Amino acid sequence: MTVDLFWHYAPSLLSGFGVTVLCWGVGGALGLILGFAIALLRRLRIGPLNWLLRAFIELFRGTPFLVQLFLLYAGGPSIGLRLSATAAGILGLALYASAYFAEIFRGGFAAVPSGQIEAAISVGMRPFDIMMRVMLPGALIAVVPAIVNMLIILSKETVVLSIITVPELMYQVQTMAAETFTAFDAIFAMAVFYWLLVELVSRVGAKVESRVTAFLAHDGAAA
Amino acid sequence: MKPEIIFRSFGYLTQAAATTVAVSFAGIVFGFMIGALVCAARVSRRPWRVRLGAVYVSVFRGVPLLVQLLFIYYFLAEYGLDVSAIVAAVGALALSSAAYQAEILRGALNAVPRGQGEAATALGFSGLDIWRRVLLPQALRISTPPLISEFILLIKASSLVSVVGIAELTRVSMNIATQTYRPLEAYVGGGLFYLAINLCLAGLGAFAERRLDEAGAR
Repeated sequence: MTVDLFWHYAPSLLSGFGVTVLCWGVGGALGLILGFAIALLRRLRIGPLNWLLRAFIELFRGTPFLVQLFLLYAGGPSIGLRLSATAAGILGLALYASAYFAEIFRGGFAAVPSGQIEAAISVGMRPFDIMMRVMLPGALIAVVPAIVNMLIILSKETVVLSIITVPELMYQVQTMAAETFTAFDAIFAMAVFYWLLVELVSRVGAKVESRVTAFLAHDGAAA
Repeated sequence: MKPEIIFRSFGYLTQAAATTVAVSFAGIVFGFMIGALVCAARVSRRPWRVRLGAVYVSVFRGVPLLVQLLFIYYFLAEYGLDVSAIVAAVGALALSSAAYQAEILRGALNAVPRGQGEAATALGFSGLDIWRRVLLPQALRISTPPLISEFILLIKASSLVSVVGIAELTRVSMNIATQTYRPLEAYVGGGLFYLAINLCLAGLGAFAERRLDEAGAR
């Protein structure tokens, strides 16, 4: 692949990268919110609702992301859900991620020692205060490593969006490859780029993790 | 929603499900072999081997599977190797899974108490015997549940090989969708098959874990 060719395609590659980051960011954020909501609703322990939420989680964790995307993008219009490729991609990412995030948050809540909750009840805290002041601070810290890990996995899943023609980076690279007959070089460059990106994100994630959990090293023995 | 579409293509989907399981199984088996080598490199005493193993794991876990798959697909074509798409598909699944399996195996080896290897050395076991009779049997047992989880992940990841034209569940669901103009039913049908396969595997995993706990308690 010559340098000229690369410059010619630079704008489309750049916009592709922008779409990748957009899908990752918005999809991940929506997934986090939805997953948190699911985990909270499950704590209410309302029989049928709980059953429904568990089915949702099992469905989205037990089927391939690609099939979920096809179902949303191609099958959606049959039930009146008409989405553009990018919207379907973001919604798909959010739904897929939310099932995993819901389980992560559930684990986080479970990690709060029951003695702390009992203590909060015994000093007369209201349920809302127990949630805000006792459960959430403990749970949110406990889930940081798992969430960072899931966000990294999600950044790799954005590549799959190219299959339903979301104009993200992989899609633009494949378009370029098809137009210039440079499939091999283009995909190789893509592999190197993603490797560096994921390495970078992992490093940043590890920094964030050690920063957020730094205080645990000091009073971790007490917990 | 017309569920009869799913029933009518039941045979077609069953066949495709068998392909999905076969491709994933081949991926997990070859992946295990490569993963065992990578794991051996990572626990060896030679720094360059450790480094090489770490780079392998970092690359194959860092690059998205779809990129790996297309890379292998075009790589084979670039060098004139006229092999069928199935080789690229199984190869990509195996190479990628090997990175994850290497880490599972390494974790399992680390979970075997250090004293056991030392005790075997003190009793005069040879190096090979320590591996064959003390470390490996326990490491394999510990790694069984996570390896089954890896198999479930690979079943889902194998949906990507539809891109290079393998007639597995996702591809066949696509075909049904285009033939019947009923994408909703086609993908729900395909998804249900994936769910069935994975629920069976999850059951197997739970069974293995229970057996392990019993063995550990004894």
